[in-house]
Order: sequence, then structure tokens, then C-alpha cells
Amino acid sequence: MSLDLKFTYTEKKDTRSGFGDGFLEAGRRNPNVVGLCADLIGSLKMGDFQKEFPERFFQTGIAEANMIGISAGLAIGGKIPFAGTFANFATGRVYDQIRQSVAYSQKNVKICASHAGLTLGEDGATHQILEDLGMMKMLPHMTVINPCDYNQTKAATLAIAEYEGPVYLRFGRPSWPVFTPADQKFEIGKAWKMIDGKDVTIFATGHLVWEAVVAEAMLRSEGISAEVINIHTIKPLDEEAILESVKKTGCAVSAEEHQLNGGLGDSIAQCLIRNNPAPLEYVGVNDSFGESGTPTQLLEKYGLNAENIVKAAKKALSRK
Amino acid sequence: MEKQSIEQLQNICTQLRRDVLRMVHAVQSGHPGAPLGCAEFFVALYFDQLHHNSDFKMDGKGEDLFFLSNGHLSAGWYSVLSRSGYFPVSELKTFRKLDSRLQGHPATHEHLPGIRIASGSLGQGLSVALGVAQAKKIDKDDHLIYVLMGDGELQEGQVWEAAMYAAHHGVDNLIATIDYNGQQIDGPTEKIMDLKNLKAKWEAFGWEVIETKEGNDMKSVIDGLEKAKSLTGKGKPVLNLLYTEMGFGVDFMVGTHKWHGSPPNDEQLAKALGQLQETLGDY
Ligand SMILES: Cc1ncc(C[n+]2csc(CCOP(=O)(O)OP(=O)(O)O)c2C)c(N)n1
Ligand SMILES: [Mg+2]
Repeated sequence: MSLDLKFTYTEKKDTRSGFGDGFLEAGRRNPNVVGLCADLIGSLKMGDFQKEFPERFFQTGIAEANMIGISAGLAIGGKIPFAGTFANFATGRVYDQIRQSVAYSQKNVKICASHAGLTLGEDGATHQILEDLGMMKMLPHMTVINPCDYNQTKAATLAIAEYEGPVYLRFGRPSWPVFTPADQKFEIGKAWKMIDGKDVTIFATGHLVWEAVVAEAMLRSEGISAEVINIHTIKPLDEEAILESVKKTGCAVSAEEHQLNGGLGDSIAQCLIRNNPAPLEYVGVNDSFGESGTPTQLLEKYGLNAENIVKAAKKALSRK
Repeated sequence: MEKQSIEQLQNICTQLRRDVLRMVHAVQSGHPGAPLGCAEFFVALYFDQLHHNSDFKMDGKGEDLFFLSNGHLSAGWYSVLSRSGYFPVSELKTFRKLDSRLQGHPATHEHLPGIRIASGSLGQGLSVALGVAQAKKIDKDDHLIYVLMGDGELQEGQVWEAAMYAAHHGVDNLIATIDYNGQQIDGPTEKIMDLKNLKAKWEAFGWEVIETKEGNDMKSVIDGLEKAKSLTGKGKPVLNLLYTEMGFGVDFMVGTHKWHGSPPNDEQLAKALGQLQETLGDY
């Protein structure tokens, strides 16, 4: 069966390359932008920036705690540091450093976290962090962003360079459909309604926005009209957009490459329960670690792909 | 600021010690031991060494900057900051109280002049200092970055990440001082987690190391800081091993970890203040 998709793509690219290209561009636009990386320059695609601005780039070696502290210091000195490593080592390993030296001290540090979630693939659970959004969104002053494709990640990277304050930017490793426009404007904290619908809302973030786009077409082929909203900013959450959509559709699904505990779904649930209680189904990882496999296999096994979003949407509808 | 004589500086130290004791006594909480031992260091730095403006700017461009990594010395730092003009001395009486800018451990959210980052969770200050030092290098600002750490604090792994980084990147516009008092919360460092040969350790990490053997003697502290300064700009980070005595200045507090985090009661305060003459006027 061929699906009538509302968004299509001609190429696949990794979101980390969107970060790397955005970072280079941000460096060209603003001489205060500096970079740091803990022995993962290639993986984070920070090499072009390093080559062009060697005096503004710092290799920290495998020492993430130190990297966060140095970033806070650079921010005190008026620089805009982008500190890059894998999402696991950018959060859990350095939570206290981020908490005290960045969030509490309100330093203009951009924590750039690649290889987040299951789609990191074969490296397995030691590297597949599924708790980072929760940890980061709990920190006062922290802005948390999880863009969906190459273009959106590049746009987000440029946007956070211009925003003053601590940011957690999460992206990933796999080659993924590039389905959003190259010239998009990225507004921090502003959800993007990608597809209009009336029966159920799908709130998705990161790689799962693409799965939501596919799910919408599947649902439509069965006569169900789904609205798809791209929540690239987990915090601050665009509550207005969420409430407006659910007021119309009456039920919702959240979709994220993250634990159900503490993720986007929890933020949405909190918003709905306080304002407009409505059925909400979660698509995410249910209190387990990941494992080795290809991204597609893992999304299937852990219940995170388009089929699972369709199932969740039907369940939400049945609870209306 | 005009140069002060050794005697004048010593008088400020005595006042700082009184401030610290009265502050922790007033709220029956806080850490008197280490600030008493670091009084000479704080005063030598702020009243003799630092090229700084008490007209506070967060980015500190064009001035020397100090960072307190061992944030539990807050009472001593607040005292020297207020006494050198960063905020009114009378504000010391709000220390650790509700709605105060003088938080139990240093914080920036209430914008207390002189404080550029929170500290309290140990082990982070050297990294922060390195970042600021490198920002200064990018800006071709040749002022110095100072940081103070505890000796027990050196048990944190992050310190050694930072030590390795500083030498590798040739961060030579930085002077790190260790409050080498041989004490930490649970007892002498030797018993808790022996630091062994600190000088050799830092040298092995690629630092220039100097020792200030008399860390509670004003002249020696200044000489040590002068020597440290003379070693900056030569490609290596500089470490100042400052031998101090926890609780210095009060006979029943000196040389023990017991006063690390315990305030004196009324009687003990009176006895302690009897040994420390009021020189600049209590807050
Ligand atoms: C990361 C961290 N662990 C534990 C503590 C609790 N703590 C506060 S001070 C201290 C002892 C520090 O020893 P040292 O650096 O020698 O300071 P001193 O006791 O000499 O003042 C400890 C364990 C802390 N503040 N931060
Ligand atoms: Mg000690």
C-alpha cells in the first residue's frame, strides 16, 4: 500500500550534521561563538568549525565534567560556548555540574547532545540515553530542544546561538528523512502545527515527528483525521498550542524517543490535567533500557514507530 | 586602591575573623574553620594583589578575577567582598537568612556583586576558572584568574580533569591556590583519603608549583602570591600550595576539623572574640 504523505523527502541525513552545519554558520555569524568537545569531534560533526576557527575551539579530552565547567567559565567571559558530546555523557554523567555551574548560575551555555535515544542503534543501552529530556527539563532556567530532522536541527542551532541562557539541544545519529524546509524559521518555545486534523492530535518530538507524519497518512487512509504537532521545544512547552489543538480534537497521543517517565508525554499530561483533562496515550519507552540493533528494528521492538502511533491514536479515540 | 601596610592588612584579617565568627554564630550554622585559616589569603588577594573594580561587571573584562571553588568558605569571602567595597558591610547580617543575597553557599541569582558563579558542590571551580582564563586569552586581555580550592576537595576527580587540561592547553594566566590545611569534614585528610605528595602530583600534571609554607603570615602570603604571579605567562598554569591552619586566630579552634562546619555557642563566641580585636568596626 502506498501512503499519501503530507510531507515527503528526497534525501536522508543525520540530525547531528544539521547541528554541525548550523554550528559552523553560527560561528561565522558571531565571533563570540566557541566550541568544546570531549573526544567526539567527528561524531558531533564539529570538525568544520574547528578547522575554520581553531582558536575558538577546545578539545577537552574525555573529561565531560571539566568541559561543562569550562563552558560556564567561557560564558562568564562573554563567550557563547557550544559543548558537544553524546547525550548520555552530556547529561547523566555531568548532572551536578550542569545544575550548579550552568542552570543555577544561569550561564549562557549550549549543551549539544548527540546520539540520543534508541536510534543510536548498535552501540546498545550504555549509550542509548532515554532519560535526558526528563533530567534537563527538571532544571530551572534550562531550555530543552529536540528537533526532528537535519533542517530543523540546523535552524535550532542557529536560533540557540542568538538566545541568551542555558540550552539543552538534543539530536541523533541515524540517517533520517529530511522533510522540513531548509529555510524554516525556528522559534524557541513555539510548537509547529504541521498537519491539520480534527479527531486526534499527535504531539511528537525528535525523530518520531517523521513517524507521526507517516501515522497521520495511515490513519487518514482509515478515515481518521489526525492533527500532527511538532513539539521541538520540550521546555518551555507551548501550552497554548497544545490546549488549542486538544480543545478541537478531544484526545491526543504523545510520541518521543525517551522514557515515558519524565518525557514530553508527562509534560503534556500535566498541561492537560490542569486545564482540559482529555484522553492521552503515550508512545515512548516504558521503563526499560534499550539494546543493540538497527534504528528501525529498535523503534519497532520498543513500540515507537508509526504503527504504534496509529494504535495509540485509536485507543485515545476510543476513550473520548 | 592605595597600598596598605602589612599591619593594616593584618587588621583587616582580624576583622574578617570577627565577621566570620559573628556571622555563623548568628544563624548557628555555616563553616568557620577554613575561612579563619584563609583570612590572610583573602585579604592579601583583595587588598593587595587583585587588579579589580568593586564596580562589578559579570564578564570582568580588563580586571583580575577570583573564583571560590570551595564554596563553604562563603562567610570569609562575603566579609572580604564587603570590606573591599562590593556591597555594604551591614549586609553581612543577612548571611544564611531568608531572602538574603548571602546564600549559605555563593550564588548568582540575587546578583551579589563579586560572585560570578555558584559553588558549594566541590570540584567544579578550577574548570570554571579555566574557561574564564581562556575567554581572556581569546580577548587578548592579560589579566589573571585566581581560584581557591580545598585540599580535601582535591579528592574530586574533576579537579584532575581540569589539572590535565590546564597544562595541555597552556593556561598560564591562572593561579590556583590550595588551602592546604590538612583537614576535611570527617577528620585529617591523611586519615580520610591521603593526598600524599601534592607538589609532585601537580608537577607531574605539568604545573608550576610554589609552596607558601606560612599561610597564616601576611608577609609570606603576599610573597607567595607575588612569586606565583611572576611565574604566569610562561606557558604553564601555576599552583600555590598554601599551608594554613584551620581555625587560625582562635586558640581553641585551631588545627582541628571539629570547627569545619560547627558554629560557636554564645560562650565560645565571646571567648573567641576576646582574642580578636575589633579593628574596622563590627558590621
Ligand atoms: C561534591 C561534594 N561532596 C561533598 C560535599 C560536602 N563537603 C563540604 S565541605 C567538605 C570537606 C571539604 O574538605 P576541604 O576541601 O579540605 O575543605 P575544609 O574542610 O578544609 O574547609 C565536604 C565533604 C560537598 N560540598 N560537595
Ligand atoms: Mg581542608
